[in-house]
Amino acid sequence: METFATWVSFALTLCILSFLYRDNPLYKFAEHLFVGISAGYYIALAYQETLRPNLVDELARGNLWRLIPLVLSLLMFTRFSKGLAWLSRWPLAFIVGMYAGINVGAYGRGDLIIQLEATMLDFLHGGWGGVSNFLLVAGLAASLIYFYFSKEHTGPLRVVSRVGIGFLMISFGASFGYTVMSRISLAIGRARFLLADGTIAAILVAIITVILVVWSRRTRSRPGEST
Amino acid sequence: MPGALLRKLEFVDRRWLFLMMACAIVIPLIFPVPLPIAVTDMVQDLYDSIEDLPEGSVVLVSVDYDPTGKPELEPFHVALFHQIARKKLRMVIVSLWSPAPPLTEQVIAEVGLETTYGMERGVDFVHLGFKEGRQIVMESMGRSLRQTFPVDRDRTPVSEIPLMQEVDKYDDFAMLINISAGSPGVKEYVQVVQSQYGIKMTGACTAVSGPDYVPYYDSGQMLGLAAGMKGAAEYEVLVGLPGSATAGMVAQSTTHLLLVAFIVFGNVMFFLARKRRS
Repeated sequence: METFATWVSFALTLCILSFLYRDNPLYKFAEHLFVGISAGYYIALAYQETLRPNLVDELARGNLWRLIPLVLSLLMFTRFSKGLAWLSRWPLAFIVGMYAGINVGAYGRGDLIIQLEATMLDFLHGGWGGVSNFLLVAGLAASLIYFYFSKEHTGPLRVVSRVGIGFLMISFGASFGYTVMSRISLAIGRARFLLADGTIAAILVAIITVILVVWSRRTRSRPGEST
Repeated sequence: MPGALLRKLEFVDRRWLFLMMACAIVIPLIFPVPLPIAVTDMVQDLYDSIEDLPEGSVVLVSVDYDPTGKPELEPFHVALFHQIARKKLRMVIVSLWSPAPPLTEQVIAEVGLETTYGMERGVDFVHLGFKEGRQIVMESMGRSLRQTFPVDRDRTPVSEIPLMQEVDKYDDFAMLINISAGSPGVKEYVQVVQSQYGIKMTGACTAVSGPDYVPYYDSGQMLGLAAGMKGAAEYEVLVGLPGSATAGMVAQSTTHLLLVAFIVFGNVMFFLARKRRS
């Protein structure tokens, strides 16, 4: 059974990777299978981990307070009826209000205040540390000025906003570098998975390549096919 | 450069680039070359902050990633459990991501918490599993962990679990360690838990999230952070167990070099083509 699962997971991985050659039926098959299984898995998980312990089991124990979230949940489905759609605003208002209440305080405490404090640095003392602090403060101020639109960016304001763009570009470059690293890590993960049993991978690569070559020749004459 | 060759290179089929990229990933994995890995302050501080905890301390580990995040976060997860077990710390494991608990069980088995280190489930560590609710669960754990998770992953009531009799609120934990692939994760824990309860916090995140979370380390809200496969590789070096992240860093390096070459090549071709047209 485990060997079969390995073959299936290897084959599906290669089917997905075959998209790099061009869009093809093998990729479509794997993609649809993934979407369908994911939907089924998450529905089952939502029932087992959330609905059953928090609602079904509690109602079975006689906890009638849980009827309130049940009714609110059912009201969400009134969106499908034109006449009753307004009722769905109640559960949505509850969700938005609750998360707003939690997040406003959380952002204020965790991000705004403490991060502001973290930028109030002494850059007159401390040698290289002071230089680093100066760059941080100057970069922050210049970047903020770039987003100041109440006055035309001319003269000194233009110079500072250009410096701000420079800092922003460095920041975007760092983010891009980290994003590339993240995506390459995923590719390495798949490659390591396939190399764990190179024989199976090689056989499947050969089979998929043959299928793609045959399919490619058959569809070559069809108009409007993109590569 | 001859015009025909220039035109050919200008419109090179992108699949050749994919093939080169695949080679840059696969060849170093088949023929690994050991590369030195320099440990950054951020990861060193993470390691030290755990190392400084007294033996027997209880840490709260929130595992919040799915199979997509495995290549980046599982190496850290494995190394973390090794460090926790060696230091003889105890831990309570929770998840705010539904696919995380099976991954945690795999790591528990791989590290051998029960078999190799002799840690006892329920006494030395507890796996409470997944709870839906994102930030609401974080808030709720601040009031009472036992009420938030009335049973553990195996449906054992927490009232019957010895370790759970010692901990109930964030104050009862020596540290919060978050392994995060996104939201809810590090950001939410910092905002909702660390800033409100003042608990010591460290963690690991995917490389994509790294630049967003580094300011939390700079401001002292997090004691340390391991970002992406590189952070995990550094942490593996510190724990003394080079694993899949360390092995993957060679492929990372070759791929990054190739990408730099692609960017240079693309720019050179762009300017040559513009010159030719003018």
